[in-house]
Amino acid sequence: MAPTEKELEAFRGEVKAWFEENRPPEPDFLLPQSFMEVGTDEQFYFLRDWQNKVYEAGYLGMAWPEAYGGRGMDQAWQNVVTREMVRQQVPFMVNTIGLNWAGPLILMMGSEEQKKRYIPNILSAEEIWCQGFSEPDHGSDLGNAQLKAERDGDEFVLNGSKIWTSLGRHAKHMILLARSNPEANSKYEGLSFFLAPMDVPGIDVVPIKKMTGEYGFNQTFFTDARIPASTLIGGEGNGWKVAMATLMFERGASGGQAGGHAQMQRESSHLIDLARRSKRGGKPAIEDPLVRDQLVKFVMRERSVRLNSARSAHKALTQDRPHAISISGKYLITELTREMNEYALSLQGTNGAFYVGDPGAVDKGLWHRAYFNAFSATIGGGTSQIQQNIIGERVLGLPKS
Amino acid sequence: MSEKVTISFSEEQEQLLEVAINFARDKSPIKTVRALIEDDLGYDGDIWQEMVDLGWLGVALPEEYGGIGLSLAEVVTLAEPMGRHLMATPFYAVTLTGQALLAGGTEAQKQEWLPKLASGTLGACAFYEPSGEWNLGAPDAVATRDGDSLRLSGSKCAVVNGAGAEVLIVSLLLEGAPALVLVEKGQIPDGALRREVSIDETRRTYGLSLDGITVPASQLLDPARTHEALKHIGKVGCLLLAADMCGAAQAALDYIVEYLNTRKQFDRLIGSYQALKHPTVDVLCAIESARSHLYYAAGEFDGPQGDMAVRMAKVAAQGALSFAGDRAIQFHGGFGFTYDCDAQLYRRRAIWGQSQFGDSAYHRQRLAAMLFDAS
Repeated sequence: MAPTEKELEAFRGEVKAWFEENRPPEPDFLLPQSFMEVGTDEQFYFLRDWQNKVYEAGYLGMAWPEAYGGRGMDQAWQNVVTREMVRQQVPFMVNTIGLNWAGPLILMMGSEEQKKRYIPNILSAEEIWCQGFSEPDHGSDLGNAQLKAERDGDEFVLNGSKIWTSLGRHAKHMILLARSNPEANSKYEGLSFFLAPMDVPGIDVVPIKKMTGEYGFNQTFFTDARIPASTLIGGEGNGWKVAMATLMFERGASGGQAGGHAQMQRESSHLIDLARRSKRGGKPAIEDPLVRDQLVKFVMRERSVRLNSARSAHKALTQDRPHAISISGKYLITELTREMNEYALSLQGTNGAFYVGDPGAVDKGLWHRAYFNAFSATIGGGTSQIQQNIIGERVLGLPKS
Repeated sequence: MSEKVTISFSEEQEQLLEVAINFARDKSPIKTVRALIEDDLGYDGDIWQEMVDLGWLGVALPEEYGGIGLSLAEVVTLAEPMGRHLMATPFYAVTLTGQALLAGGTEAQKQEWLPKLASGTLGACAFYEPSGEWNLGAPDAVATRDGDSLRLSGSKCAVVNGAGAEVLIVSLLLEGAPALVLVEKGQIPDGALRREVSIDETRRTYGLSLDGITVPASQLLDPARTHEALKHIGKVGCLLLAADMCGAAQAALDYIVEYLNTRKQFDRLIGSYQALKHPTVDVLCAIESARSHLYYAAGEFDGPQGDMAVRMAKVAAQGALSFAGDRAIQFHGGFGFTYDCDAQLYRRRAIWGQSQFGDSAYHRQRLAAMLFDAS
C-alpha cells in the first residue's frame, strides 16, 4: 500500500538524521563525480564501503523484492531516501550499472536462478557490474556491434573488444551485447545478451585517460574468453531487444531502479551559490542583470524536468503523446547539466583559468571536471543527437533519418 | 525545489478538459478561423452562446455571484484547447473582466455585474496605453473628481473585444494613485472606440479615448483593493495567455509534423532530415515543459508559489509558441512565406501574447528578484 504524505515526512526526518550522522568523512583524495570517473583503488573501496553501509542501513533497493535482498516496499520510500542523498550531497552509489540497469533488467527478464544469484550482491556492492555495449568502431550504431560470441557446447567463446567500460577493473560481471550469429537475417537478429563474468581467462581491461586527466573508462579486450551459456539472458538471438530494454533503464525511461543517486549532480542552487561568491564589476555576480537572467533560465529548465515528471502522473495531461516525457528526459537533463556547468566557468571570471591542483581553482576545480564529465552523459547511453532522432521518430512519428 | 513536486489536477479539470478539447476541435476548424478573420465581429455568436450555456463564463466565479464556484485551474483546461484551435471568442476578455471585478470591485458592483458576466454579457479591460508600459500600476490616464463624478482623460489601447462590451474596467490615476473604474457602454461617446489593426487577426482589439467620459464616483472600484486587484489581474492575464499559447504551440507543432511527414525533396520526406527533425524535437520539448509549468501554475495559483509559477508558465508558453511558430514558417519553405500558410497564424499569436502582461525578459527580471533576493 502506498504510504501517506505524513508517513513519508516522518520517514524523511529519520533518513535525514541517518545520513547526517553516517556520511563518511571527506577523504584526503579527490572523489569521483560519478561511476565513470572511478580511477583508483582507494576511490573504489571508499565508495564501495559507503554503498554497502547505506544498503545495510536498509536504504537501498527498498522497492526490490525481499527474496533477492530488497525490502518489498513502495517506491515512494526509496524516493525519499534518494532525494535526501542528493540534498545532502553524500557520495554516490558506486554500483551504478548494477543498481540502475543490470538489476532492473535481471528482475524483469532474468531466470529465478539469475535473480537469486545476482541481485543481492548488486545491492550490497559485493559484486560490481560493468557494461559492454559500445565498441571502438560502433558507438551510436549499437546494433552493429561486432564482438563475437561463438557457441561451443555449454559455453560461448568471446573475441573482440568493448570500450568505455566504466568500473571495468573492479567489475565481477558485465552486461554484454555480442554477435552470436553473423549470418542472421538482419544485424539486430544476430545479437545475444550475456551476464558475462569478468574473471575468466582472456579478458584484459586497459584504462583510458580522459580529457579531465582522470581515469575510469577502459577498453576491454576479449581473446578466446569462455563464458557459460547459462549467462545468456532473454534467449539466444534476442540480444537487441534486451539491449533496448536496458537502455530504457539507463535513460530513466523505464522505472524499477534500486534507488540511490548515481552521480554528484550539480543543481541550479549550486550555480546560484557560485554566483553569490563570484564578482562582477566590484559586486557579487548575482546582482548582474545578465547573470540573473541566465540563472532564471536554468532554474526554469530544471523545474521543467521535475514538473514534467509530476505531470506524468496525470494521464489526461499526457494523452496526446504519452511517451514524450519519459523518452525525452535523458536528453533534457544531460544537456541542462552540461550547460549549467559550462556557465559556472564563465561565472568564475579570471579564475576560470585554473584547474584541479591549482590553489586558485574555484571549488578545487570541481566545475571544470563537472563540465567535461557532463559530456559522458550527453554522449553515453545514446548521444543527444541520437536521442533527438529517437524522440522525433517514436514520439512525433517522423520518418527515419 | 529540491523536494518532490506534485501537480494537482482535479476531476472537474479532467472532465472540463475533455469537453473543451472536443468542443474547440468541432467548433473551430481552421477554415472557420480563417473566415472569422474576415468577419467584422470576429467570432460566431451562436458558438459563444453555446459556451455561455455550458456555464464556462462562470467557472471561476463564486456561486453567490451566479458562477459555478470552481477556480482558475478549471478555466485553464478550457483556455488551452481554445488556444489550440485559435478559437476566437470573447472568453478571454470576459474572464479577465470578471476576475478584475471579483478582486477589486465593491460588493454592489460584484452583485450587479458578475452574474451578468457569468451569463454571457460582454466585458472588457482597458489597461494598456500608448506608452507601451507593462506595469499595470503606472497608467498615464487620469480621473479627476468633479463633485460626485469622475472626469476621465487619456487614452487606452489593446482593449480586447472592447466594442461589444457592456462594461469596461479601466485603470487610471486618481489623485496620484492608481485606481480602477468601471465604465458602462452607454457612457462611452460615439467614436471613442477605434478598431486597431492587431498583429493577431483572430483578435478584435480597440483603442479607447477617455476624454469626455464622465462616470459617477460610485463606479470606482474599491480603492482599498486596487493594489491587490492589479496584482490579481496580472496573474490571471499571464495564466490565461500561458494556457492559450500552450494550446496554440501544440497546434503549430502538429502543423510542422504534418508537413515533415508529407513533403518530399530530393526524393525523401523532409522529416527524415535531421536539420529539420532535431529542431522539431526541441519544439516538442519546449511544449512539454510549458504544459508542465502551465498545469503546475494552474493548481498552485493561490498557493505560496503561485506568483512565481504563473510567471514561469507565461515565459515557458511564450517561448514554446514563438519557437514553434518561427520554425513552422521556416520549415514550410516558400509556402511558409505566404499568407495561406497557417504558420503565420501561430507566429502572430505569439507576438500578440508577448505584448500582453509582460514578455519573457520582463518576467525573468521579476523571477530573479523572487528567487535570488528573498531572505
